[in-house]
Amino acid sequence: MSDKGKIVVGVAIFAALVSFPFWYNTGTAKPAPELIIAPEAKAAGACVLPKDQMAKEHMQLLDGWRNSVVREGQRVYVAESGKQYAMSLSNGCLECHTNKADFCDKCHEYASVNPYCWDCHVNPKEK
Amino acid sequence: MKDSRRSFLKIAGVSALGLTAASNAHAIGEYFIPSEKAIKDQKVSTADRWGMVIDTRKLNHETNKKMMEACHVTHNVPTLPEKYKKQEIKWVWEEEYSNAFTEIHNEFQSEEAEHAPILTLCNQCENPPCVQACPTKATFKRADGIVLMDFHRCIGCRFCMAACPYGSRSFNFQDPRNGLEDGKPTNPQFPTRTKGVVEKCNFCAERLAVGKIPACVEVSEGALVFGDLSDENSEIRKVLKENYTIRRKASLGTGPSVFYIV
Repeated sequence: MSDKGKIVVGVAIFAALVSFPFWYNTGTAKPAPELIIAPEAKAAGACVLPKDQMAKEHMQLLDGWRNSVVREGQRVYVAESGKQYAMSLSNGCLECHTNKADFCDKCHEYASVNPYCWDCHVNPKEK
Repeated sequence: MKDSRRSFLKIAGVSALGLTAASNAHAIGEYFIPSEKAIKDQKVSTADRWGMVIDTRKLNHETNKKMMEACHVTHNVPTLPEKYKKQEIKWVWEEEYSNAFTEIHNEFQSEEAEHAPILTLCNQCENPPCVQACPTKATFKRADGIVLMDFHRCIGCRFCMAACPYGSRSFNFQDPRNGLEDGKPTNPQFPTRTKGVVEKCNFCAERLAVGKIPACVEVSEGALVFGDLSDENSEIRKVLKENYTIRRKASLGTGPSVFYIV
């Protein structure tokens, strides 16, 4: 029992260290970036899926598209509305979303994710 | 007491498993795109087994170069400086006759025949050893006979390169964009590859999907014939019937789909 003081100090230091990232970053959080929809995308009216579903699940959708295109050779996506889309990042998505920097990169940067799509796939508007 | 504790643990275990499975069920197969949602382009060219006949009598350095150029521009195939010769990326390339057909080396051949420039590419084998070797199924054979790669899945182990008896596969030892002019792809519609994956000729699967013939065939001026080997009435079968053809290392049992008129 005589070590009570040492233990309390130890626990306090431990707690301070563990919680350091939390209190150090308090108040520095930036607001989520505002999505800028390119005029081409606005003109198209609707995306392949509803907007909030796209925001949440576009990565899984792209993964499914990849398998469908590469494995099955099925390269055209029929949306709920019956409209057909090319299942292609460069030749489909970016046809409407012409502003990759404002549309893709901004959010990915904010969320600290580094998708390696662009190591191979090409942004046709970059030329 | 013992019994009830045992059964409690059992039930707890099963429940935990069930909860885990239920909460992760969405991750399994949800994003399989159903076939009514994913369709082929209306212009798609279909076959049961795509094949090619190469008329070596019509080949020379110039036509070969033209065909190679067409392929490389279409698929963003890099051209690396001479000092990286060993890291060369090959989709379609030129080989001397004696190197292309090593099995049937004849003595006393003319210099001309020995060194004849043969156009070589992936043979799109009927029984592809690269597919067997691939541990991730990144390389697979499609129903139409094309041996294709899913670059996303390639881990760069290069087993396929060891398995391929034709040297049709190349490994990206460096970023392939280094070998493209200004690091810019020549065809922005087609992806480049990345450092650490293997690549090879895809029989222009992306062009067949929209009803075009392969890029090399398009500029071949009749040196290459492309078509469906399983269709008895196709042009390629007619050409095969009328000419004597050989295949590269056919005795290995890989069943190449590329035939050579000699």
